[in-house]
Amino acid sequence: MEATAFVVLSAILFTIGVLGVLIRKNAILIFMSVELMLNSANLAFVAFAHRWGQLDGQLFVFFVMTVAAAEVAVGLALIVTIFRTKRSTDVDDLSQLKG
Amino acid sequence: METVIFVLMAAVSIAAALGLLLSKNAIYAALFLILNFGTVAVFYLLLNAPFLAAVQVSVYAGAIMVLFVFVIMLLGAERLQTEDSHGQSWQRPLAVGLGIVLVALTAIVLLGVVAPVAVAATPVDSSPMAIGLALFGPYLFPFEVVSILLLVAMIGAVVLTREK
Repeated sequence: MEATAFVVLSAILFTIGVLGVLIRKNAILIFMSVELMLNSANLAFVAFAHRWGQLDGQLFVFFVMTVAAAEVAVGLALIVTIFRTKRSTDVDDLSQLKG
Repeated sequence: METVIFVLMAAVSIAAALGLLLSKNAIYAALFLILNFGTVAVFYLLLNAPFLAAVQVSVYAGAIMVLFVFVIMLLGAERLQTEDSHGQSWQRPLAVGLGIVLVALTAIVLLGVVAPVAVAATPVDSSPMAIGLALFGPYLFPFEVVSILLLVAMIGAVVLTREK
């Protein structure tokens, strides 16, 4: 199986993740789109690791997964805290800094 | 055989990602994302990374998505408000157009880089033992840094959600 196909698929998934961040207004959905982007980057890492016959790409996927887990823990804690004060997870409602 | 599996799984994967992008219910979006993670695990199997596939299912589709579903249900936020209530009308088409440009550019660059080189890739030993030896050998320092990162994230989550 050619690695190019996997990399193009990874680019498509990454783009859908970017679109999710740009289009959706619910903070939880934006977070899930970020997860999709991280996951597509992982797929590219593994595809290249397979392509070059090296293990390093697979090890980087572990570190990316750890960063994703940390990001989700802190991000969801932030969303819960914001929901407690604003009763909403819509990012457009968070406009206190607007002049 | 591998090509057939890849094409089928790629179709499911893209459909699930689009489902995440378009679904009106946050729980459905989370389930679509779990489906997408499952197909990525199959890709890892195709790419000679069985241990990563298992980690993908247990950590990503298991632990992380359980956290997402838990928070969605805790907040009762599964029904999304009408999303078009505010914001400029030109934003959405512009996002779609720029997204298509992004995927086209990425594909062109990657095809240009990947295609010409032809190296016979020898299948690498990707057993859990080989990965463990690499993690505690050349990658020991990043491994320790990541453990500190997890500790910081854990403390941060506890502090942020504590009732005053």
